[in-house]
Amino acid sequence: MSVPGGGAAAGGPGPPGVRVEAVLREAAPRALAALVRRFGNFETAEDAVQEALLAAAAHWPREGLPDRPDAWLVRAASRRMTDLLRGEAAARRREERAAARTPPDELVAPSADADAAVPAGDDTLAVLLLCCHPALTPPSQVALTLRAAGGLTTAEIARAFLVPEATMAQRISRAKQRIRAAGGRFRMPPEGERDARMRAVLHVLYLIFNEGYTASSGPDLQRAELTGEAIRLTRAVHGLLPGDGEVAGLLALMLLTDARRPARTAPDGSLVPLAEQDRARWDRASIEEGTRLITGALARARLGPYQAQAAIAAVHAEAARARDTDWPQIVALYELLERLDPGPVVTLNHAVAAAMARGPREGLALLAPLAGDERMARHHRLHAVRAHLLEMDGDAAGALAEFRAAARLTTSVPEQRYLRGRADRLAAMRQDARYG
Amino acid sequence: MRYLLLIYTNAENWEHPIFLRDPAFLALPQEERDALSAQAEELFAEIAESGELVVGTALADPATARTMRVRDGVPAATDGPYVEAKEQLAGYFVVDCDSPERAAEIAARFPDARFAGVEVRPIMGMSGQEM
Repeated sequence: MSVPGGGAAAGGPGPPGVRVEAVLREAAPRALAALVRRFGNFETAEDAVQEALLAAAAHWPREGLPDRPDAWLVRAASRRMTDLLRGEAAARRREERAAARTPPDELVAPSADADAAVPAGDDTLAVLLLCCHPALTPPSQVALTLRAAGGLTTAEIARAFLVPEATMAQRISRAKQRIRAAGGRFRMPPEGERDARMRAVLHVLYLIFNEGYTASSGPDLQRAELTGEAIRLTRAVHGLLPGDGEVAGLLALMLLTDARRPARTAPDGSLVPLAEQDRARWDRASIEEGTRLITGALARARLGPYQAQAAIAAVHAEAARARDTDWPQIVALYELLERLDPGPVVTLNHAVAAAMARGPREGLALLAPLAGDERMARHHRLHAVRAHLLEMDGDAAGALAEFRAAARLTTSVPEQRYLRGRADRLAAMRQDARYG
Repeated sequence: MRYLLLIYTNAENWEHPIFLRDPAFLALPQEERDALSAQAEELFAEIAESGELVVGTALADPATARTMRVRDGVPAATDGPYVEAKEQLAGYFVVDCDSPERAAEIAARFPDARFAGVEVRPIMGMSGQEM
């Protein structure tokens, strides 16, 4: 949350705005949970908390952090909630009757945990589970998670996803209506559903991370904050469920991937492929933490797709130079991943690893079944991988055609630049071979 | 993923909603015309409510268009659109949706798709994956 101005000390170390932002983001899901328990209306409570967060972001940097930020937020949000409910009462009388019968004390609202029936940590999890309700599309799950669980403002989320604020506000309010219509409740789902619902939460956190990680430079820089937000939320979930191997695996995957960020783009914003990255610029602390996490998870928990992906990232991370990469081990991990969570993207990466371990023909053979898939045939990544493998195999003409096809199909400016660059290089080499 | 939907029209008399002015539309029986109008309204409500609609804009009559060309450093303006064609650009929408299939589905539900055409163009982004 970008906090305006802020001259006076807001307590604690660091610039006041940053400290306020951290406190707000931590407190947001707990305040929301307190309100929902009290008023029983997730939809409106989420709006009320958002307004309380905006008020706090305006006041706290000037006036200093309150002694009990959670209680301050709950109080401000409760007041707003009462107003909102009054306004809605006429339109939705039946639904709000329960809340209207017990008008809250507007001045002395209980603190977030005063009436807690469950520990505060579970609140964060319950908010995440509701935001990732199966009735929602992934973009709506992402938007609602960032606002309700992440404490981001609608404006920040809209900027990160390059849409107008009104569009994002609509998406969020529509998502909440859908949850209500689908009978979504603010509580831990029954045991039988919990695994599937947790998978949805992890997928959403993964999407948020990816959205930020793939951002390169310039106008998209704002999106890069999303990786930090995804890591923060995943870390919180890992803190609540330390024995869950997939949560640990996802956190490890994010850390190991994010560690490469300083090396993945050149100063001009162009993409640097993994094999050509300056590994000295990889973030060692993230790699160590990620490696420790995945090693621990693999030793204790049942293997899942995030753990397999994190293990692959860890194998890449331990190679001091690209040519030291243990490709046979990566191939074995992709074989595992193909069984755990098959999909065209896994096959593409598996093909690259197989080519590196056993030669390009092996990789090309793995790609063959994808060519029959109409959607994949129009996807730039299939052409890009085939181009690389054909080039490895010495088929310059075939590689050139595939690089050009991939460059035409991508909708990413930096990817297009990279693919055109590869095509141009090959074309120049062929010219040299002919006339040189 | 964001897509630009370009709405083309054959209409001779410019007035929005433009499909109402298409000669092929005007030749339809009243019931079918009403159904198409309802179809358009449902579509707009649906994509606004879902948060897929980013922007929707109607363009003025091509008669008001001016095309600028600079040749050898000399700017020259001509009246009218850049491309002389029977079908003219009437407006554009930007939608943010899950898949190319969904963008195509939205495009096909514009009544204009039935008379002229609606072109779907992915909007390029600055995000990318290293290979």
